[in-house]
Amino acid sequence: KKNNLLHIHSCFLPCTNVLTLFGLGVMSLLRPLLLDAVPTIQQTAALALGRLANYNDDLAEAVVKGDILPQLVYSLAEQNRFYKKAAAFVLRAVAKHSPELAQAVVDCGALDALVISLEEFDPGVKEAAAWAISYIARHNAQLSQAVVDAGVVPLLVLCIQEPEIALKRVAASALSDIAKHSPELAQTVVDTGAIAHLAQMILNPDAKLKRQVFSALSQIAKHSVDVAEMVVEAEIFPAALVCLKDPDEYVRKNVTTLIREITKHTPELSQIIVNVGGVAAVIDYLGDSKGNVRLPGIMMLGYVATHSENLAMAVIVSKGVPQLAICLEEEQEDHIKAATAWAFGQIGRHTPEHAKAVAVANVFPKLLNLYLDTESSEDLQVKAKKALKSILQKCTYLPALEPLLYEAPSNILKHVICQFSKVLPHDSKARRLFVTSGGLKKVQEIKAEPGSAIQEYINAINNCYPEEIKTLKTKGH
Amino acid sequence: NMATLEKLYKQVENIKAIAEENRQKENEAAVRIQSWFRGCQVRAYVSLLHKNATSIQKIWHGLTARALFRQRVKTAYFITKMNFYNKMAVKIQQRWRGYYVRKYVHDYYARKRYLEGLTRKNKHIRRDLEEVAELQWKERERITLEKQEKEKNIQAQRLHFLLSTKQCLGVFNLPFRTEPDETELRLRKVRPLLVRSGPFRPALEVQQQRHRPLEPSLHIITSITALEEQYEGLMHTSTPFEQVAYGTKHFREEHKEYLKGKKPFKTVFTTCHVFDKFGRLYSSAGNIV
Repeated sequence: KKNNLLHIHSCFLPCTNVLTLFGLGVMSLLRPLLLDAVPTIQQTAALALGRLANYNDDLAEAVVKGDILPQLVYSLAEQNRFYKKAAAFVLRAVAKHSPELAQAVVDCGALDALVISLEEFDPGVKEAAAWAISYIARHNAQLSQAVVDAGVVPLLVLCIQEPEIALKRVAASALSDIAKHSPELAQTVVDTGAIAHLAQMILNPDAKLKRQVFSALSQIAKHSVDVAEMVVEAEIFPAALVCLKDPDEYVRKNVTTLIREITKHTPELSQIIVNVGGVAAVIDYLGDSKGNVRLPGIMMLGYVATHSENLAMAVIVSKGVPQLAICLEEEQEDHIKAATAWAFGQIGRHTPEHAKAVAVANVFPKLLNLYLDTESSEDLQVKAKKALKSILQKCTYLPALEPLLYEAPSNILKHVICQFSKVLPHDSKARRLFVTSGGLKKVQEIKAEPGSAIQEYINAINNCYPEEIKTLKTKGH
Repeated sequence: NMATLEKLYKQVENIKAIAEENRQKENEAAVRIQSWFRGCQVRAYVSLLHKNATSIQKIWHGLTARALFRQRVKTAYFITKMNFYNKMAVKIQQRWRGYYVRKYVHDYYARKRYLEGLTRKNKHIRRDLEEVAELQWKERERITLEKQEKEKNIQAQRLHFLLSTKQCLGVFNLPFRTEPDETELRLRKVRPLLVRSGPFRPALEVQQQRHRPLEPSLHIITSITALEEQYEGLMHTSTPFEQVAYGTKHFREEHKEYLKGKKPFKTVFTTCHVFDKFGRLYSSAGNIV
């Protein structure tokens, strides 16, 4: 029997065999082996079941329908540690595919058994139990609530303090999965004092552990101001900024996500991050990374700039605008470009100085192209248009506005002309430049309905110039 | 005379009758005239009173009105003054608020200083982060280099037999080369591996085994000629205790002349000593039993 089982096991390595095995009804063969007298056979049977369930969700459903789970849960309480590890592996493999399967696992009373496993001595058992719990809690808020009601969170916090790195990783990932669904769950996690322990692990050399820790902290911090303040009070900055230079890409991404979740809430929190030098660190991070991982950094800059004009100026002063312009150039994905356009809009909309800083980086033509490009997604077009409008309404930097005269569609052109009509009456040098560069000619060529806003602006511009110049221009000099 | 008297009386009575007739009228007329006259008198008196009252009241009204007017002038003056003061106070407060806000709330210079400070801080942070990144990178490089060194050393230890000698130049020290190869130098530096296959027993046990006193078994202790020397025959037997020929019949061919003068073989049985030293042997091989 044992030999057969080991043979089945060895067949798992090439995946295509799994479905053929399933077709052969291996599930019904394995089930009685779980009750075998020899412990090694039980363990191997459980492991085989776990691997089957792991492969795809139909097999996992077959495991559930085959009434195997209650048996596993019952024996979880009694057997030795190898069996417990194997049983927890089966539960994890079943629960990971979908919320319904996870609910089936919970309905068998697996949570109590897993809680008992979490109190074991052996770190391998604890790791397997914590992993199963994290996969159950991952799917939705109800399952997370069921997990929390079983009293798992204090045990997970104890697991985090254990010396084994693998156990810490899995416990941190479990806490992250529990806390991510709702503010109440995050508050429950915080109430057990998880933040202090997570904060202590920030400077651990293991990269995967850092990934999970930062992911957990960001899932906790995203829900409300109070929790975000508690995370900041745990004094993770400026130590977390060091992790922005970690060689592992996902550690950096998770740190940036954490910073973004914190700055999202209030101006005071953003101010704390800016004062500690977080903006500069994130901008450098944007320079060092490529692709999808830049998204949290871009959004963080946008959120910081949204709160107040001081913070937007802080972003500009930290050389954020050139870096964002580079991101806009380099990135191909629409959602990243949309986020960059939104960030520009938030930075440039406060005062003419901000708008000038954005204009000087030669961003307007790019935003206009994104807006007009038929291949851009809806979201990107809307964001580019909004950003352009909000920056243009404050922009008094004429050299950047002139190219827009030639290319912009009428709804954008309205704002451009409006800005010209505000600036030109007061600035003689600008008037001269406007004429010599051919802008006046272009303005006169614009056809607008009489009485509309554009016509008023055009009239205002024309009134700045004496008649001869206007007629000279119409003669085409 | 009587006639005239009667005539007179008649005339008088006529007159009286006429007068009687006119009495009412005349009375009424007289009353009327008198009442009119009295009326005039009274009216004149009343109008005098009216005039006096009017003039008293005129004077009184004038007094009170003038007092009121003075009061109103005072209040109007007061109000104009207060308005003026208010306007002036507003002007002062405007200037003050503008100054205060520009100096403390929206302090332009503080903002400028903050932004400059922020740039400096950013520079420091960037420098520090780069230093940390540099250090970590160097650390990782160092670790990988050390690992490589270690591996090369292990390799050299295994290949130590390729070391070149004076007689025979090794592979890494070929004659056409100006100087020996890096591996050759490593071979010279490194100590050869002493292959020790374990597992080894703890030193204490080995010492104990070395110095263990001899515990010979009974078989060893007994001298080979013990039977002859020490054995005293049993009382109840008569034969000497020696090898008796097996069976009374011999089926073998015997050449007695060759065996003349020779003594029979002496067989020495090895005792079965499986449990002789049970539990006291150095090796743990037989402990399963």
